[in-house]
Amino acid sequence: MLEGLTILIFLQFTGELIAGVTRLPIPGPVIGLALLAGFALWRGRMPEPVVIAGDAILRHLSLLFVPAGVGLIAFGDRLAREGLLIVIVLVLSTAITMAVTALVFRALTRDDGDSA
Amino acid sequence: MTLRSLDPSAFWIYLAEQPLFFLAITLAAYLVGDRIAAATGRHPLANPVLIAILLVGTALLVSGTSHARYFEGARFVHVLLGPATVALALPIWRNRALIARHWRAIGAALGIGALVGIGSTLILARLLGLSGATLASLAPKSVTAAIAMGIAEQVGGTPPLTAVLVIATGILGAVMVTPLMNLLRIRDYAARGFAVGIAAHGIGTARALQVNEKAGAYAALGMALNGLVTAILVPLLLFLFR
Repeated sequence: MLEGLTILIFLQFTGELIAGVTRLPIPGPVIGLALLAGFALWRGRMPEPVVIAGDAILRHLSLLFVPAGVGLIAFGDRLAREGLLIVIVLVLSTAITMAVTALVFRALTRDDGDSA
Repeated sequence: MTLRSLDPSAFWIYLAEQPLFFLAITLAAYLVGDRIAAATGRHPLANPVLIAILLVGTALLVSGTSHARYFEGARFVHVLLGPATVALALPIWRNRALIARHWRAIGAALGIGALVGIGSTLILARLLGLSGATLASLAPKSVTAAIAMGIAEQVGGTPPLTAVLVIATGILGAVMVTPLMNLLRIRDYAARGFAVGIAAHGIGTARALQVNEKAGAYAALGMALNGLVTAILVPLLLFLFR
């Protein structure tokens, strides 16, 4: 667990460094994610400690959103003003995104003989 | 015991000075949310995170505690978001056989799905006259809050607002996916799963896993891949849009 967590945090830190040096507007942890996926696919294996620690954190991923989400209490005004319009945007764009993604995916898998 | 120590407001002042108290509150509120979600058979509308945010948020508002004070304790949970994001390489690794087999469909649906997800959000938000900060908070709404909050921070959005918008998007996607796919006559569970993973991240993926194992695998893959792609596309599209 500790070994895997160390690797994950090290990769996050490396990602932050790369983002800082290159001034890319991409979050450091996302660069860390790309590094880890790229490494595993390149070497053809995922280090076992990373699997153990990663699964442990991801099992309760949604818990990690609570502290930041509670920050919403400072934005009551904006929500009261824009809340309804935001909901309209969310409903429409989520439906459009799912429909387009599924249609594109189906159009390109139909001939693969594995659509069941 | 003195009388003063029985005074509830004095007791609260004492507790509010302990960072550990807010850490405990955060975990307890999430457990309550999780119990409620389990009692409803994991209905998407009974989302544990949303329940926990409402419980803690209400407690802070009622007691007049600032978010900064609360965060002194809660940040011990928050700091794990970084390593958790890196760990999202796991679903990509585990589903690499799917990528190898359907790389054309996955690549195209990922690229177009990510573009439509961000683009439709920005266009609709602009049409409805939403403010610039709200636009930047909305743009990454289809990807997991772990990544979306980081993106929002980069582009001048409001991370707490993004967290809640992401969760709302996940709930909407989870509720809409089955009727929408039936309406479009899309029966392939790979297409259905991938679509809900792209549009509605972890909450959509949890829903896909409830319906079908194959849909769940494609959803998890879509969620992780879209986290990567959206992190690159949001700054670009917002730049073009402004």
